[in-house]
Amino acid sequence: MSVLSLLIFLPIAFSVVILLLPENLKGYFKWITVGVTAVEFLLSIWVYLQFDQHTEGFQFLVQKDWITLPLGSLGVASIDYLIGVDGISMPMILLTGLVMFIGSISSFEIGQKEKAYYALYLLLTGSVIGCFVALDMFLFYLFFEFMLLPMYFLIGIWGGPRKEYASIKFFIYTLVGSLFILVVMIGLYLSAIDPVETALQTGLISELEQVTPNLISEIQRLLAEGRLPSEQLVHTFDLRFLPDPNNFLPESWLHIFSNISIGGMGLRSWAFIFLLIGFGIKLPAVPVHTWLPDAHVEAPTPVSVVLAGILLKIGGYGLLRIAYPIFPEAASELAFVIAIVGVISILYGAYNALAMNDLKKLIAYSSVSHMGFVLLGIASLTNEGINGAVFQMFSHGILSAMLFVLVGVLYSRTHDRRINSYQGLASKMPVYTALTAIAFFASLGLPAFSGFIGEFFTLIGGFNSLYFPKWITGLGVLGLVLGAGYFLWTLQRMFFGKYWSRYEESLLVDLNTREKIMLLPLAILALIFGIFPNLVFDVSNQAVNELMKLFV
Amino acid sequence: MSLAVLIPLFPLIGFLINGLGFRRVPKSLVGVIGSAAALASFACALSLFLNFSGQPEVVHIFDWITIGDFNISMSFQIDQLSLLMLLIITGVGSLIHIYSIGYMHHDEGFGKFFAFLNLFLFFMLLLVLGSNYVVMFIGWEGVGLCSYLLIGFWNKNTNYGNAARKAFIMNRIGDLGFLLGIFLIITHFGTVEYADVFSKVAEGGYESGDKTLMYITLLLFVGAMGKSAQIPLYTWLPDAMAGPTPVSALIHAATMVTAGIYMIIRSNVLYSLSPETLEVIGWVGTATALLAASIGLLQNDIKKVLAYSTVSQLGYMFMGLGVMAYSSSFFHVMTHAFFKALLFLGAGSVIHAMSDEQDIRSMGGLRKKLPITFITFLIATIAISGIPPFAGFFSKDEILAHVYEHNKLMWVLALAGSMMTSFYMFRLLFLTFFGEFRGTHEQEHHLHESPIAMTAPLMILAVLSAVGGFFNLPHIFGGHASLATFMEPLFAQSHIEAHAPNESTEKMLMIVSVIAALVSAAVAYVMYVSKKAVPEADGTETGLQKVVYNKYYIDELYDTVFVKPITALSNIFYSFVEFLVIDLIVEGIGKLVKGISGEARLVQNGTTGYYIFAMVISIAVMLIWGLRIFILG
Repeated sequence: MSVLSLLIFLPIAFSVVILLLPENLKGYFKWITVGVTAVEFLLSIWVYLQFDQHTEGFQFLVQKDWITLPLGSLGVASIDYLIGVDGISMPMILLTGLVMFIGSISSFEIGQKEKAYYALYLLLTGSVIGCFVALDMFLFYLFFEFMLLPMYFLIGIWGGPRKEYASIKFFIYTLVGSLFILVVMIGLYLSAIDPVETALQTGLISELEQVTPNLISEIQRLLAEGRLPSEQLVHTFDLRFLPDPNNFLPESWLHIFSNISIGGMGLRSWAFIFLLIGFGIKLPAVPVHTWLPDAHVEAPTPVSVVLAGILLKIGGYGLLRIAYPIFPEAASELAFVIAIVGVISILYGAYNALAMNDLKKLIAYSSVSHMGFVLLGIASLTNEGINGAVFQMFSHGILSAMLFVLVGVLYSRTHDRRINSYQGLASKMPVYTALTAIAFFASLGLPAFSGFIGEFFTLIGGFNSLYFPKWITGLGVLGLVLGAGYFLWTLQRMFFGKYWSRYEESLLVDLNTREKIMLLPLAILALIFGIFPNLVFDVSNQAVNELMKLFV
Repeated sequence: MSLAVLIPLFPLIGFLINGLGFRRVPKSLVGVIGSAAALASFACALSLFLNFSGQPEVVHIFDWITIGDFNISMSFQIDQLSLLMLLIITGVGSLIHIYSIGYMHHDEGFGKFFAFLNLFLFFMLLLVLGSNYVVMFIGWEGVGLCSYLLIGFWNKNTNYGNAARKAFIMNRIGDLGFLLGIFLIITHFGTVEYADVFSKVAEGGYESGDKTLMYITLLLFVGAMGKSAQIPLYTWLPDAMAGPTPVSALIHAATMVTAGIYMIIRSNVLYSLSPETLEVIGWVGTATALLAASIGLLQNDIKKVLAYSTVSQLGYMFMGLGVMAYSSSFFHVMTHAFFKALLFLGAGSVIHAMSDEQDIRSMGGLRKKLPITFITFLIATIAISGIPPFAGFFSKDEILAHVYEHNKLMWVLALAGSMMTSFYMFRLLFLTFFGEFRGTHEQEHHLHESPIAMTAPLMILAVLSAVGGFFNLPHIFGGHASLATFMEPLFAQSHIEAHAPNESTEKMLMIVSVIAALVSAAVAYVMYVSKKAVPEADGTETGLQKVVYNKYYIDELYDTVFVKPITALSNIFYSFVEFLVIDLIVEGIGKLVKGISGEARLVQNGTTGYYIFAMVISIAVMLIWGLRIFILG
């Protein structure tokens, strides 16, 4: 079994194991989960170390025919179990390994229905990894939808007082988003073919080994001339073939020369916008972000960690993996709009964070602001911007995980996250204060921490972009001041000044060992990736280069 | 490994030991480790300086970031400018570390203090050592962090916390300008390395007044305004006095606040081609020098007077930069580091003796009880006032001479500022050290000279303040202008036209400014020693005096114009847009769907007759549609 498949199915298998184990072993569930996520983390590091930075295309490829259905004049439907990694998914997989592991340690706080909780948690782990390695759009979509199920229950069962509202809001929001994606997926499926499989089907070759570049262009020529019988066309969800316009049926809706337009815009632009909405909700981009603060506020700490640490990244990842390569011309046409949305997210999120009295909500809005940088970087269509966006996602994964663990520390002691319930905590909880200060400074983009690199490069990208004017990025830069504003103000209100709190002093004890085990590595990683950003850039560079070739 | 790498490494190690070992490293060792780190860096810097060949050298450490063809390396540049800065930072820094052993001895955060101080040195050294703008920016923001941590060192006091936050955020605003400047450099030149950028400019045939260069230099200058406390971003510096006094001496007088001047001298190739920017810099510097000096006239807090004095002196340095007198400005950076550090440390010694009293109205007659502090403070006062032969005279007059050549009005204003400087400094000196003691009995009983760890740095700095001017003794006094000659290669690419005034003018200018300083000092003597005037209690000021005493209400203005609207806007976003616009729409869609389905549900009412009716109607509609051609003919 390939390592990627192992990454997907190991947690899913153990999810089943936990379900089958008797209830009286419930003390072990958390240890099983920690063990499994630890193995996942180690495996992801191993993949990272084995990953060759200079190879073009995907590595660790696994392709298995999964569903092949002849549909008569609609051609042959082919869905593959196709997984692999490249420089864009590699950092995300590493991040998933890390955050899931930290989340599993954080899960020790869960005190009820452990069996269901840990089973769902492991299920979520597997589906997230699946999402990042899938190279067949159908498979991607499957995992993408599959994540919703555990998330819905994790918020809805173990959440706070308004958990029903939050979980249903999260669910419907995301589901609406995935419907948009589904529509595009079907459209793409009807429009494009897999030249290799088609060659097999038409009998041009008899074995896969005979495939040559010449043969593929031959097939594509035949396709363009309409000389391939429609029942022999093998339609595909393969993300490696979808970016090539030559694989599209000449008369199909999503063909590059398709002149069907609705409301003055071509179908391909619409398809891109649909994907943008679908992934934008996940990201989340303003104005489709309002599920996020609610979900975070109600979700238990580990679920918040996972939600902010990884699930948001699927939005950015989806844009880079699906929307941008397949519809590059639409992406460059709409770059201006996307950049504006990114900058609005940066500023609007920051302004809201400034008004917050609930610490967790503040961090949720800061996530909106930080993910705005991702969108700006992607929109720029520059090497720096997109590499920066990948880095920003990675960095935000580490930092937001840390921030939510920190909120959880306070919440677990007093069940109150209001900023104005505390004052001068520095004297009672010095280690907690120090780590919070580190997390805050790292998040507000202090150089030497990872947050700076992500923001710096997404902004350079925006500034260098040929697709929108410089003032847009100039506005985005203001987010840095606002970020310093809300983080430092919070630091001062809660931690500095004379000690005072609504609660008994005895409740406010400093970090315990388990909490340190979660927080220290995150702080150190934020520093390491800030000082050695090439750890990510070396990996992402090649893939971004290839992506950029579609935009010349 | 090159010595250059060791220079920032020592303070970093010091920081790690004292920071990670806070409360575990024995107190007696903490100060030694911290000071040893600074001294070791000083030794390395000195050795580099003495062995310097005259050729700039770039020490490559590692490739920091590589994206596509764009590369940012972590590397250091050793040249005239960075060497001089290194000497000032580590030299003055070492003295202040030693001083802190005595000053902070009773503080419970002793170890933390030294850790932060070392961390500051690390970032400051990174700032001046970096061979490209991004490394400079790292140091730039890093010193901002340390400044924040040290201003808010006694963070149980809310006002101190506010001051720290104000400093950081105001600096951040400046940093945005710097950042955008860097972006523009990257867009335009494709590199951030000084050497590459400058040679591209020098060889690129850029005309003087090139628009791109103008934008770059203006944006960089915004960064300098923040860090070096120039109008409009100066209000954080006086508030920064909330930090322990050695911090004010090191960070907010001698080193960090001169980073802006360093940056502009470093980028002199760009600035020399941007006359518009230089004009802006010159006038901003002049305005700041005047405004701050005038506020300093009426302040009663010993550190506040010095703080406004720092802002004002920084204004002079920018004035010098504005007229392209780069080496003169740097000369002033150096002498200012000596005498202003001395003044702050002296003030610290006074505060230490006065049991944390900072109001000069409660002082007086301290010269007998604190003789060393008094003598050194006197030397520094003479030096800053521009009275020969002490350091400030030479450096300030050099700037003034260049300003005179450039613009006579600017010179008049600078001279006015210089008179004010002399007045407020002597006022401070007289009120503190002369006359009768005005404090409480308890304080009087407690008065004592500071320990040797504190007085030794005072004495060393006093010597430097006295003779510092001879490092760059002008030709008219038979000197060789050694500093200017040493720095000359830095400006080789920028073709500065010589603006040096002729000898007779230079002498005349000197005489005028010395007389001005002496007259001011004499006025202060008459007012505060002969007439024994003591500033009145707070709240009794009237008219213009009140406006000046309240710092022209600039803080209040900023609060009304910036802080309040931003807070209001964020509240509007949160309580209105977020809930009443976006979520109302979101939930409205939800309710709409629910409502429609609620209605649609009623269609399925379970009555067979109803279903048959619906069926018949539907079939009829379909038939009509299918047969529409026949029906319509």
